[in-house]
Amino acid sequence: MKETYHITRYCIIRNNQVQLNGELLFESREMSPSALLTSVYRHFDIPYAKFFKMDNLCKLGFLACEILLRGRDLGQDYQAGDVGIILSNASSSIDADRSHQQSIANQDSYFPSPSLFVYTLANIVIGEICIRHKLQGEGMFFIEDAFNPDILYNSVKQVLDESVARSCITGWVEVNGSEYEAVLYFIEKQASHKSGIAIFDAVNLLNLYQQTE
Amino acid sequence: MTNVFVASDNIITSLGFTTVANIRNIKANKTGILPWTDTSLSPSPFWASRVDDQELDKQFSDFAPPADHTRFEKLVITSAKEALRNTSIDPGDDRTLFILSTTKGNIDLLDPALNRFGDDNRIYLWHTAGLLQRFFGLAHRPVVVSNACISGLLAIITGTRLIRSGRFDHVIVTGGDLVTEFVLSGFNSFLSLSNGPCRPFDRDRQGLSLGEGAGTIVLTADRSRAGQSPAIRIGTGFSSNDANHISGPSRTGEGLYQAIIKTLDANGLSVDYISSHGTATPYNDEMEATAISRAGLSEVPVNSLKGYWGHTLGAAGVIETIAGKCSLSENLLFGTLGFSEPGTSQTIAVIQHIREARLQTCLKIASGFGGCNAALLISKE
Repeated sequence: MKETYHITRYCIIRNNQVQLNGELLFESREMSPSALLTSVYRHFDIPYAKFFKMDNLCKLGFLACEILLRGRDLGQDYQAGDVGIILSNASSSIDADRSHQQSIANQDSYFPSPSLFVYTLANIVIGEICIRHKLQGEGMFFIEDAFNPDILYNSVKQVLDESVARSCITGWVEVNGSEYEAVLYFIEKQASHKSGIAIFDAVNLLNLYQQTE
Repeated sequence: MTNVFVASDNIITSLGFTTVANIRNIKANKTGILPWTDTSLSPSPFWASRVDDQELDKQFSDFAPPADHTRFEKLVITSAKEALRNTSIDPGDDRTLFILSTTKGNIDLLDPALNRFGDDNRIYLWHTAGLLQRFFGLAHRPVVVSNACISGLLAIITGTRLIRSGRFDHVIVTGGDLVTEFVLSGFNSFLSLSNGPCRPFDRDRQGLSLGEGAGTIVLTADRSRAGQSPAIRIGTGFSSNDANHISGPSRTGEGLYQAIIKTLDANGLSVDYISSHGTATPYNDEMEATAISRAGLSEVPVNSLKGYWGHTLGAAGVIETIAGKCSLSENLLFGTLGFSEPGTSQTIAVIQHIREARLQTCLKIASGFGGCNAALLISKE
């Protein structure tokens, strides 16, 4: 199948900066991921109190998706089941894993918590995004040692080719201690809104990922 | 559209180290879920289905020194090796892909006392992927799917799609997970563990039983490599999110219902049998019965295999699809160990005891944390 798809938007959160479609929207002076994420949340004035319950991985993915879709009403173009979410990272849910491990490390202070344990799965970030945007489409989480455009491209393309979804949010959402990085793309069959950023292929995914300010 | 067939498979659980041994024990109504007192895993006694350590080391020693590998690595490698032994498909071929499905992999290494390998990276799933690539001489780095309790089913769905895309001819899908202190304490904090072997769909069900294990299903586009006659075909599958809650299933079963409906539409075949997720938590089974009823499948025989080998997390979708394949081959509906009295508000046709039936298709379903659900249809050619 030779159908061409489009990267219609992309959002990058890393190095204390938030970019949408190559444009710098916000720069924070906060140093830790937690403080940075809170400053992004406040800057963009997002009314969503559940944000504060999330772990850093979910906060990062949630914010990147908020900004990715900023000003775009998905409901106009898509049904709930039309939008797939295919994400990846290197460290899975390692921050939440370490916190949960700490809660059981000592038999004298053995206190695992369900509200923490639930975040010990990387795909919870997909669940949080689905709840926020009322999306019920295909969801998938891959683990790779570094950003791998090929697996994202192949998976998203096949999902669109087979009409499993009509559009996809895809990319990389990584948090490991003091390190964090989110790069999300919105992939659509038509570049209807404005002109679209680029043709959807692995080379363009990588080029946009490697883009520096 | 390219057809995808099962070339070979393997199941490793408390019930045995081969598919044949596991199915034999299911037919004999044996459970591998036993009571344990092991303070290295839990401060209080617990029930779980665990793979025998000594037997695992013995099997693994055919391939490499057991002391050099983690328990998780030994499980998935042994399972994949065993499955590959029964097919001519070459794991090193450029047209072969390996997909690993797991929720937590080497998570036990987070406890410093258990990480004797001197490598902090070993806990990461990309590390396991690299190790598998070297071990099997794979042309491509394995893809790792980690998507809660639907990981195994999603891995099969992904592998099938990648074959249909034309990029690969063969895909080896191996799923695995361990019973660890990490996972036991987490499910315990949710009060979702059963005090006794789990009782799927039963009125008196109290929760799930954790299990460990690994399973491998080798998929191929090459009809001549299908491992049996009649060949078993892996159809189209879908996932769908509840968009409702991250740790509780939707009351209406919305996501699972959507995944089932899409799967039925795409395959255009009727369903002869449903292999459910059936964890035996009050909420999961209630949700599944609701989704099955909404999809108009309340008369279709349905079982849960969790009463035999527990909930094996990232392995579950793989080993239960393989069991579904065996049901189709043998025209045999396996029972639901632990079930006796209906216990869901929507009545579904739970299979209590093993029985013969003419079977052409099996619908495999799964649901997990994060509101994720998946469905897949397999059929007999």
